[in-house]
Amino acid sequence: MRHDITLKVNGEVWPLDVEPTDVLLEVLRTRVGVTSPKPGCERGDCGSCTVLLDGRTVRSCLVLAVEVDGHEVVTVEGLSLDGLTALQEWLVERSAFQCGYCAPGVILSAAELLADTPHPSRHDVQEAIAGNLCRCTGYVPIIDAVLAAVQASADPIAREG
Amino acid sequence: MGTHTYVGRSTPRIDGADKVTGAARFVDDLAFGPDLLHAEVVASPHAHARILAIDAHRAEQVPGVVRVLTGKDLPFSFGLYMKDRHVFARDRVRFVGEQVAAVIARTPKAATRAARLVDVTYEELPAVLDAATALADDAERIHPDLAEYPHVPWFYPHPDTNIAHWRKLRKGDVEAAFADADVVLEDTYTVPRYAHAAIEPHAVVAQLSHAGRLTVWTASQSPYTQRHLFAEALGLSHQDIRVITPYVGGGFGGKAGVTMEIIGAALATTVRGHPVKLHWSREQEFANTYQRQGVTAHLKVGARHDGTITALRHTLHWDAGAYVEYGANVVNAAGISATGPYRIDNVHLDSLCVYTNLPPGGPYRGFGYSEFTFGLESHLDRLADELGLDPVELRRRNAIVEGDDLPYGAPMNPSGLREAIDRAAAAIDWGVVEPDPAPHVKVGKGFAAFWKAPAMPPNAGSAAFLKFNEDGSVNISVSGMELGQGYLTAMAQIAAEVLAVPPARIRVETPDTDRNGYEWQTVASHVTWSSGNAVLAAATEAREQILDAVHRAHGHEMASLYLEDEEVRSTDDPGLALPLREIVVDGVQDPRDGTFKGGPVVGSGRFMPEFATTRSDPETGQGGKPNVHYTVGAAGLVLEVDVETGKLNVRKVALAVDAGQAINPVAVEGQILGGVLQGLATVLYEDLRFDDAGRLLNPTFTDYKIPTALDIPDEVVPIIVEVAQPDGPFGARGVGEHTMIPLAPLVANAIEDAVGVRLTAMPITAERLFLTLDGQPD
Repeated sequence: MRHDITLKVNGEVWPLDVEPTDVLLEVLRTRVGVTSPKPGCERGDCGSCTVLLDGRTVRSCLVLAVEVDGHEVVTVEGLSLDGLTALQEWLVERSAFQCGYCAPGVILSAAELLADTPHPSRHDVQEAIAGNLCRCTGYVPIIDAVLAAVQASADPIAREG
Repeated sequence: MGTHTYVGRSTPRIDGADKVTGAARFVDDLAFGPDLLHAEVVASPHAHARILAIDAHRAEQVPGVVRVLTGKDLPFSFGLYMKDRHVFARDRVRFVGEQVAAVIARTPKAATRAARLVDVTYEELPAVLDAATALADDAERIHPDLAEYPHVPWFYPHPDTNIAHWRKLRKGDVEAAFADADVVLEDTYTVPRYAHAAIEPHAVVAQLSHAGRLTVWTASQSPYTQRHLFAEALGLSHQDIRVITPYVGGGFGGKAGVTMEIIGAALATTVRGHPVKLHWSREQEFANTYQRQGVTAHLKVGARHDGTITALRHTLHWDAGAYVEYGANVVNAAGISATGPYRIDNVHLDSLCVYTNLPPGGPYRGFGYSEFTFGLESHLDRLADELGLDPVELRRRNAIVEGDDLPYGAPMNPSGLREAIDRAAAAIDWGVVEPDPAPHVKVGKGFAAFWKAPAMPPNAGSAAFLKFNEDGSVNISVSGMELGQGYLTAMAQIAAEVLAVPPARIRVETPDTDRNGYEWQTVASHVTWSSGNAVLAAATEAREQILDAVHRAHGHEMASLYLEDEEVRSTDDPGLALPLREIVVDGVQDPRDGTFKGGPVVGSGRFMPEFATTRSDPETGQGGKPNVHYTVGAAGLVLEVDVETGKLNVRKVALAVDAGQAINPVAVEGQILGGVLQGLATVLYEDLRFDDAGRLLNPTFTDYKIPTALDIPDEVVPIIVEVAQPDGPFGARGVGEHTMIPLAPLVANAIEDAVGVRLTAMPITAERLFLTLDGQPD
């Protein structure tokens, strides 16, 4: 049996019909066409499928699409609709990512932190992204870039014109 | 070295914006039409068994199933260095997880459901699960057909055994040297198997058009090698195969060569017109790609009282797994370099590639060197202790220098090994004893040196194309892969330096074998050197075209013309300042008659090491020049051991690596920071564990723990040494793999320094260390 749901993704409203077993990650990737949330383990271990659901990070591989009827999802595409945020600019400036597969999830975890905690400590940043596995960077350049963005910008996750 | 404008300056990655915005597309992100089909494989539950029958009847009844295929339908073999692997197992399966059949269906769910309904009847055979068992005279033969497998000429299989390749190296007279030595020290070290654990799982989409054209999109380090192996296995012409490799989500060797991609390519040939997608789950990623091979290393070292190492016998027994088409070359690489970066006159190396009924071994960042370096560098600390010498001083005294004989007889390349040793030691205040922070917390320091050469065919080549655009910006096409290491940016910087165009105005993208020039594979930490030389040549050719056009149109002497700030200038004529954007497509107007000279600027370049050869005496390994050069380095580490729990806290790691010339220092630092953590993970957290039936026990990130952002050392100090590589682009040589090589012995040596116990098996988990301290070693 299919269910009709309405989902807001990066500000756009998407009416969708889904199976009860459909997972949010797959619906975002194959029905909405937003591909920044990535499959990495599909059991909640790696964090590469992280999205913001009503402003909080969730693993979209562990969320059923029928659960999010009427809710709002933001992915990294939605952070930078009108240009990069200062957070993203600093991640580029510091060459913080290597392969980049984990990047969308890491950025959303960092964005959630900065929304709650505008002046995080180094440990706060480590804690915030600890659910996002990265095999390339050793994490140090990512942590440094997040802290640099905080230093340099009053609101590192605001969209820059 | 300080004279460059772009080379040697930290430059933000040119793929940075793609990666922070979600714009970067990986294979599974690519959109295909409604005719896209999905495949799932049927995996062997047995480590070793005969396949008696495969019944697909029930699977074929599942709605949405298009076809079920087995090894009878697609009887293809393949392999990079030895053709011992099959697209689908045929008469027998050789590891748990091996593909015996596949279902193609209209949805992933239908494919998965149907794959569970394929009935395979097996007759179990004795499973051989470790190298020691496999080497016994009466061991079950895993590959009875070993004698018939085609292989590269530098492999020496032993038919009617489980030894797929035995690399021997003999130099001097070790027995006489041991007899003369003042100290002889002997022990055994063991290293388990590891997973690459790139966050992106393997994925492939393949489509055979109705016109007979095969296009394959893969998450791969090796588009050209994949095309070649697809062509060989499937019997197609290279021109009819197109491999497109978008961004890849981490490789570490795991996406080199060909593994699951050939399944997708073969399946596509059975459903003409349809693209077919195969996407590995995390569990399949652990069980059926490549794994880092386990090794048991027997070491015997002899030395004089003054610290001179006079003899080394190093015997490596590799648990290479069910298929060794790539892994046998890991064994080979270690077998010609397992002396470490030391000048040793008498050497006896045996490196045995041993078939077992575990998943195929293969390339993993470090390519055998991480594995043998654990034993070797642990052993050298113990030798220093026996001799009453400082461990750093022992390494300094024996450090190989330019011109010294390598183990196989050729001369060592220029290297900054002694500088690396000195700087790494200084960075951790070597020799200064740090106070213990608490009675139950002991501080120790460890040290290790390392080296590694690219392991590849002697004629692995690189090609590059470069073109200017109307606005003076540049496109470069190459076929090295951006794995995250920063390759695209480094290539842009090399061209930028020659053409006086900023890297941000140079676009370098991931390959497509139809359009981009050849590259063997992005492995072996060799593309900065090799592909970089090709890009240097292409940029130089383009520069010559530009200067020649100006010379012909304006009459300036060629020797007076140069490029600076995106302009052509002349030392003879301060008034000449021709913007590149005005001349690189439209040509240079001759002021005398209004005609134009030149035309669209396009450069091509290529590189191949013309001095390398694998020809050598099979009994001694002497006579060839199999390695193009070695990259060297050294590292120091400070840690705390909590003796009540066995828990370790890594306070500081300082790692120095000789990059020759760092093209992009921030990228070299990135390799150090990432490699240090990946190396620490192999010693502190990770190992692949199997039950007594050969089943992998920890094929998830829940049970195979890779480090998180909370598991990093308190401080990592990257140190870049630059002793130029004479044949490298601007003196560069690769550093990508090297940065994880020394971490395991660093930790073992620091633990010994802190608490006086020597662990000879990896990983050194808190549990293992605690039990050892508690007097109950495993």
